[in-house]
Amino acid sequence: MPEMTMGKALGAGLRQAMADDDRVLIMGEDVGRLGGVFRITDGLLDEFGAARVIDTPLAESGIVGTAVGLALRGFRPVVEIQFDGFVYPAFDQIVCQVAKLHYRTGGKVRLPITIRIPWAGGVGAAEHHSESPEAYFVHTAGLRVVAVSNPQDAYTMLRQAIASDDPVIFFEPKRLYHAKGEVDLAGHVADAAPLGLARVVREGTDVTLLTYGAQVTTAMDAATAAEDDGISIEVIDLRSLSPVDYRTVTASVRKTGRVVVTHEAAREAGVGAELIASVTEKCFHYLESAPVRVTGHDIPYPPAKLERHHLPDLDRILDAVDRVLDRPHSLSEVAQ
Amino acid sequence: MTYTPTTDTAQHTDLDAPLQLLTPEGERRHDARLEPWIADLDAEALQGLYRDMAIARRVDAEGVALQRQGQLGLWAPAQGQEAIQIASARACRPDDFLFPSYRELGVLLVRGAAPADLVLSWRGEVLSTYDPHELHAAPPQIIIGAQALHAVGYAMGVQRDGGDQVAVAYFGDGATSQGDVNEAMVFGSSFGAPVVFVCSNNQWAISEPVTVQSKFPIAGRAPGFGIPSLRVDGNDVLACTAAMRWALDHARRGEGPAFLEAVTYRMGPHTTSDDPTRYRDSAELEKWRTRDPLLRLEAHLREIDAFDDAFRADVDADALSYTTQMRAAAVGATTRPPLALLDSVYAEPHTGIDEEREHFAAYLAGFADEETR
Repeated sequence: MPEMTMGKALGAGLRQAMADDDRVLIMGEDVGRLGGVFRITDGLLDEFGAARVIDTPLAESGIVGTAVGLALRGFRPVVEIQFDGFVYPAFDQIVCQVAKLHYRTGGKVRLPITIRIPWAGGVGAAEHHSESPEAYFVHTAGLRVVAVSNPQDAYTMLRQAIASDDPVIFFEPKRLYHAKGEVDLAGHVADAAPLGLARVVREGTDVTLLTYGAQVTTAMDAATAAEDDGISIEVIDLRSLSPVDYRTVTASVRKTGRVVVTHEAAREAGVGAELIASVTEKCFHYLESAPVRVTGHDIPYPPAKLERHHLPDLDRILDAVDRVLDRPHSLSEVAQ
Repeated sequence: MTYTPTTDTAQHTDLDAPLQLLTPEGERRHDARLEPWIADLDAEALQGLYRDMAIARRVDAEGVALQRQGQLGLWAPAQGQEAIQIASARACRPDDFLFPSYRELGVLLVRGAAPADLVLSWRGEVLSTYDPHELHAAPPQIIIGAQALHAVGYAMGVQRDGGDQVAVAYFGDGATSQGDVNEAMVFGSSFGAPVVFVCSNNQWAISEPVTVQSKFPIAGRAPGFGIPSLRVDGNDVLACTAAMRWALDHARRGEGPAFLEAVTYRMGPHTTSDDPTRYRDSAELEKWRTRDPLLRLEAHLREIDAFDDAFRADVDADALSYTTQMRAAAVGATTRPPLALLDSVYAEPHTGIDEEREHFAAYLAGFADEETR
């Protein structure tokens, strides 16, 4: 299997999806001649032409709103929002139109739209270029929300998202665009694990560590470090945030009895809050301690020079692991 | 053939200045620019337009009555706006795709909407009824102006398919303040998409007069996007037909978008929930009553000897038949079972919804004994 970066894997996924189905279109700002600001769509304009790789005006609501019309006409638009923080101008079209038209029409209208969002922090970017808006979309029924964490998933899940008859918000961690991994380009999408399934990245017996996106890498580092202390952490890459694969999650929690959730997004009403609430409902009698969240602070995304204090790192995760294991930790002396 | 309004605001502040073929008194006026587009409209065709408008008006009155009687939660009256709605939809081909707002009941009538289609959503039974792919009409849009982008996207799809359909975006004067309508004009113009924008300027966006939305004739904006526009008398069904035919032809020939501002008036409230006496005076209403689209077509039909008691009776019978069915559909609606509210959230299985359905079904099952008692 060839080794490639996640960026290249995404490009390969787009190329294959376009080759397989001539109703698949790419649209967004700079996706054509430039190949996207992250070069994910590099070469697609030459290969598929301007009718299928559409450089749009700089208007996010316009990009998503016209994608709705294209989908009504029977196309499968793949929309690129240039950066996470730029998705807000398209919010109305996404949550009021893309998410609801299927429901509103009793299933008579399908909107197979994939909205790709280069996402989250850790790359020293300017303001509005490092946000984690996933909770807004998870909260909106009608959208599927996924986040990839490695080149193989990037390739496979993007093709699955495009093939899905539901709209999919597709989060791509910018921090991992250059991360390399093996990618099976020949595999059939139909044979891959379904889009909604979580993946146990590392098995363990003491603590279940739930995460997604670029945080999977940090979580794995934490698990490796914990091993030195004799702590066995099971790391689960959720992959899908709507729906969440609670079958996989609860099987793990019932085994370990302890839960830590980590994500870059702020804590308040975030995905971690939902995960812990659901896990508590489903596995209360299996829990040995109160679940703990390790998240970004409840602040606007900070300036780049401070972002390392905002993003949960290996040590903050290990500190949370100590909390759920009732070992000495940072809050031991703080009234809780 | 493209017409654009001049930048001479004074010329356009006069409400009688829009292009016109029928005066409020029903006299036929000549306009060399519009004339060629309706040369084929004979007495029978005009009677057809009158019939559609009369049914739309009757449907609207029935909708208001049903709401006042507690049968509907809300109704958005369209009285006064029949001419642009009927004329524009009639000018379209059946395979042109229309994107109406919540007030375009006349458009849906022309599209062949069933009586139930006009009431079940206002009654709160469903969010929409008809199949948009069958009617070639999107579900009525409530978010102001959002559908303008959908129309442009659809038109971009037509271009890619090599088709010759046109997409039509309907919206009101208030919507022209929205980003989506302006973005739609940018996209439509940049890609030369076959889309017609129909702005029904009914003078009021709930309680806000059009002067809050625009100090300048709305049709005057489109040329700034590179889109030719016409400002027509929206209560003149002949002028509206001609203008729409011009716009459709322009778009269908691959010339890109066209824009119509139909200068009309909403005779009733914004919806049955508001009270227009709080924000507009009765003199204005009375002034517009003299410009009624139905009365002026009736006067013209009488002038050409195409309107008599038999015709009126025939039209009334058609309208009554439709509204009787509409009332029956509302009053006789069967509310779906509780679990239906979890249907159609997703096109494909979703474990979160599946679990909610399972739990809610189990909860509902707990009442089974009570129901059979």
